[in-house]
Amino acid sequence: MSYRQARWIEPLIFEKSRPGVIGYMPPSPDLKEREIVGDPYDFLPSGMRRRRPPALPELSEGEVVRHYIRLSQQSFGVDSGAYPLGSCTMKYNPKVCDEIVCSPKIRDLHPLQDESLTQGILEVLYHLSNLLAEVTGMSRFSLQPAAGAHAEFTGALIIRAYHKVNGEGGKRDEMLIPDSAHGTNPASAAMAGFKTVTIPTEDSGCIDVDAVESAVNEHTAGLMLTNPNTLGIFEREILEVSETIHSAGGLLYYDGANMNAILGKTRPLEMGFDIVHLNLHKTFATPHGGGGPGAGPVGVVKRLEEYLPVPLVAYDGSRYYLDYDRPLSVGKIRGFYGNIAVLLRAYAYIISMGVEGLEAASELAVLNANYVARKLHRNGSYIIPFYPDSLVKHECVVSAGKIYRETGVRAWDISKRLLDYGIHSPTTYFPQIVDEALMIEPTETESLESLDRLVEAMIKVAGEAYSNPDLVKGAPYSTSVRRVDEAKASHPQTMCLSWRMKRTADQTSRRP
Amino acid sequence: MLEEVGLQDVEQLYMDVPESVRLKERLKIPRSTSEFEVRRYIESLLAKNRTASDMPCFLGAGCWNHHVPAAVDHVVGRSEFATSYTPYQAETSQGLLQALFEYQSMICELTEMEYANSSMYDWSTALGEAARMAARVTGRDELLIPQYTGPERVAALKTYTEPAGIRIVRIAQDSHTGQVIPEDLKRKITNRTAAVYVENPSFLGCYEIQVDLISDLAHSKRSLLIVGVDPISLGVVRPPGDYGADIVIGEGQPLGNHMNYGGPTLGIFACSESRLLRQMPGRIIGLTSTLDGKDVAYCMVHQTREQHIRRERATSNICTNEALCAVAAAVYLSLMGPAGLKRLCETIITKCHYAMRVLSRVDGVKAPLLDASHFKEFTLNFDYAGRSAAAIHSELLKKGIHGGKVLTEFPELGETALYCVTEVHSRRDIDALADALNEILRGR
Ligand SMILES: Cc1ncc(COP(=O)(O)O)c(C=O)c1O
Repeated sequence: MSYRQARWIEPLIFEKSRPGVIGYMPPSPDLKEREIVGDPYDFLPSGMRRRRPPALPELSEGEVVRHYIRLSQQSFGVDSGAYPLGSCTMKYNPKVCDEIVCSPKIRDLHPLQDESLTQGILEVLYHLSNLLAEVTGMSRFSLQPAAGAHAEFTGALIIRAYHKVNGEGGKRDEMLIPDSAHGTNPASAAMAGFKTVTIPTEDSGCIDVDAVESAVNEHTAGLMLTNPNTLGIFEREILEVSETIHSAGGLLYYDGANMNAILGKTRPLEMGFDIVHLNLHKTFATPHGGGGPGAGPVGVVKRLEEYLPVPLVAYDGSRYYLDYDRPLSVGKIRGFYGNIAVLLRAYAYIISMGVEGLEAASELAVLNANYVARKLHRNGSYIIPFYPDSLVKHECVVSAGKIYRETGVRAWDISKRLLDYGIHSPTTYFPQIVDEALMIEPTETESLESLDRLVEAMIKVAGEAYSNPDLVKGAPYSTSVRRVDEAKASHPQTMCLSWRMKRTADQTSRRP
Repeated sequence: MLEEVGLQDVEQLYMDVPESVRLKERLKIPRSTSEFEVRRYIESLLAKNRTASDMPCFLGAGCWNHHVPAAVDHVVGRSEFATSYTPYQAETSQGLLQALFEYQSMICELTEMEYANSSMYDWSTALGEAARMAARVTGRDELLIPQYTGPERVAALKTYTEPAGIRIVRIAQDSHTGQVIPEDLKRKITNRTAAVYVENPSFLGCYEIQVDLISDLAHSKRSLLIVGVDPISLGVVRPPGDYGADIVIGEGQPLGNHMNYGGPTLGIFACSESRLLRQMPGRIIGLTSTLDGKDVAYCMVHQTREQHIRRERATSNICTNEALCAVAAAVYLSLMGPAGLKRLCETIITKCHYAMRVLSRVDGVKAPLLDASHFKEFTLNFDYAGRSAAAIHSELLKKGIHGGKVLTEFPELGETALYCVTEVHSRRDIDALADALNEILRGR
């Protein structure tokens, strides 16, 4: 299990800059253009002219490429190794999907082109939204949101618009959100103008149905929930929950971040949800790009269709078009129509997987998570709350609380030590309701051998916590750098957020 | 493996899913397809598109056709970047973190701002977030925006600000010069004005030259100044930090990101001082050291502003952002350097003005409509052409030329379209446009 990440001593690109070097030569105007126009600065009012050129780096193309390739080597992706980052569904991203989006037929397409010239991409988008509707049971999708959180905001706006049209706009201002929810849920609800009401989790790891019942009233706008929840447990009483919300006049929002567990087995519609988002950068295998771009299509049941953001991709039997004529829509939520290159990848993924492939992906994802849970449970170092009474779905949350109490080694330290074994850390300290939480989502694309390595590493690190706690607390050792001082990074006296801040700090410290 | 978990068959993995919510039928999705067939099928669909490289296309209006240097695509294609998640584990993500730190640094240099975040979804959502941020910082509830702000942007702005109770008020712009009318700004700015927003170059392509005055007016009422930019222009145009901007936003797509039918995009977001930094949305990368003090290192900072810690009190809900587009922008700007960017701007200005020159020779056409200096976009007016802008647009399409965006949203500008010319437009493209217009309008 030995591992060593690449380590370059790579200065900031600004520090490698040499005046006068240029890495890319833009095209010049031709002679006639220059003759006719003359000096371009005659057309830039002197008051608007930049006095000092921007202090951008000056390097040759080769130097720029070498710099960034070295940086890439000091990064870790799914293509580098196992990435069991819970809730993020870091599955392998098929390369054919990446290749398809390199076509100039998509890259060079302008969003305002006449619809007669964009029928190809509109057809793709139309088919994709239908496929997503089938996967979730919703009747219509908007592909616009750039990410899950963006979709949650859109969904919350839809809930708001729905109550407003029903004459209950001002009154229904409370959004119910379980304490196990992802941070984006309460943040999105608040952005859309709702007060959030936190619903506790029961001893079973599921939402407290009695608490939902006592929380609903005439102010309830809706509930945001993910199922399986962030503990990886399926909310068995989901129908009771949805009935409670619906009979109180509220709507149910499905955070689809965990959809990878249930493809083809159950759907948000059958569970009683009204609005759904899917993170294509999770379940539908689009690469996560170091934090983005992703895509978070949002779908709704029939009675909410009219509230979806404009435009929607529509088909009239002979041509595809962008439908803006939707008077009850929540409006526009971004420029243009969505992160198209991401959507196109997801479409390629879905049609290559097919129905049996998607089902198998979920089955394997769940099997893999249960396999890891079982092995860790058997070892006993980590406590898996609610297991084995409940099966887990696509992920399992283990607590390093026992290890912490007995050795002083924290979940955070364990995460760091796992990096030394070439495995990306699980999600750490989330959900917040589990102490010393490590959230493991192996996904379907890890082999049995890879899962065994993950389990072996987890157990080994637990052992190290007892035999040599300082070793774990000092980790990692095999990454590009040793443990990073994050407190210093955010401290007002020492923070440095740009090259210009560094320049100023260096100058001040050089002064006698 | 099933045995290991104590089950006999795969279906038992779903024992905990109540029968009442189980799907009774298979999803109606076609069966799996081979890689070869998937490619051939999707390529056949995409082949129906006719793109900006298949015909001269003069569209801009929020998404711009610039050349993407090959080295940019090469770097962002690196799978260590492309297949990684948000760099929560700094030690194993130093390269990505450094690249994003460099991106932030370059945005600061371009805009002359102190702080930049590592990306928002796009310009329009950055505008929405900037408005909300200004309202939080000032405790006020109005935003003044110029009359001719891009319609897509305004629509998204309204969606973002309405739940926060922020009122959007329009400042008049002179329909001859495109400039903000200072008297109107003076009339409308009050103690409720959280911020004044201006764009430079404006949506209609010309510079707003009274920026110092606008900045003074905004600050005299203790309102913030938010400036929206096309980052390419900052190679030669005065940076907003120079005229007192408190928040700078913009669209980073032109910096090495393909048009892709409008997405992914890259929302630029920067601010001027630490009081504002605490209210800034989005992820920020900082430079620090390792705990042992031996190495320079990078990590995410000020996460207490963000949703995963602050939940409903976070400065924004943003989580997944547009990191890889920011890396593309960093590579692009490194290749360009100050000299490359300057040359690029000179080429764009020259070609844009060449276009206006030859188009204004067409009988019945006014180019530009606005009496002002332009960067890469300009208004083309057909009031005296005897045909509507939309009709002329259709005629151009028949001749294999894609005209600019017809400005139906601003009827007061008459029969006008917004045209865009960049370094990718050859003189032949521009001359062909002029010839086509001549032919279309000859028989009028
Ligand atoms: C459970 C859950 N909900 C919501 C989100 C937010 O999605 P995104 O990052 O795409 O905005 C995430 C992922 O980060 C998540 O894991």
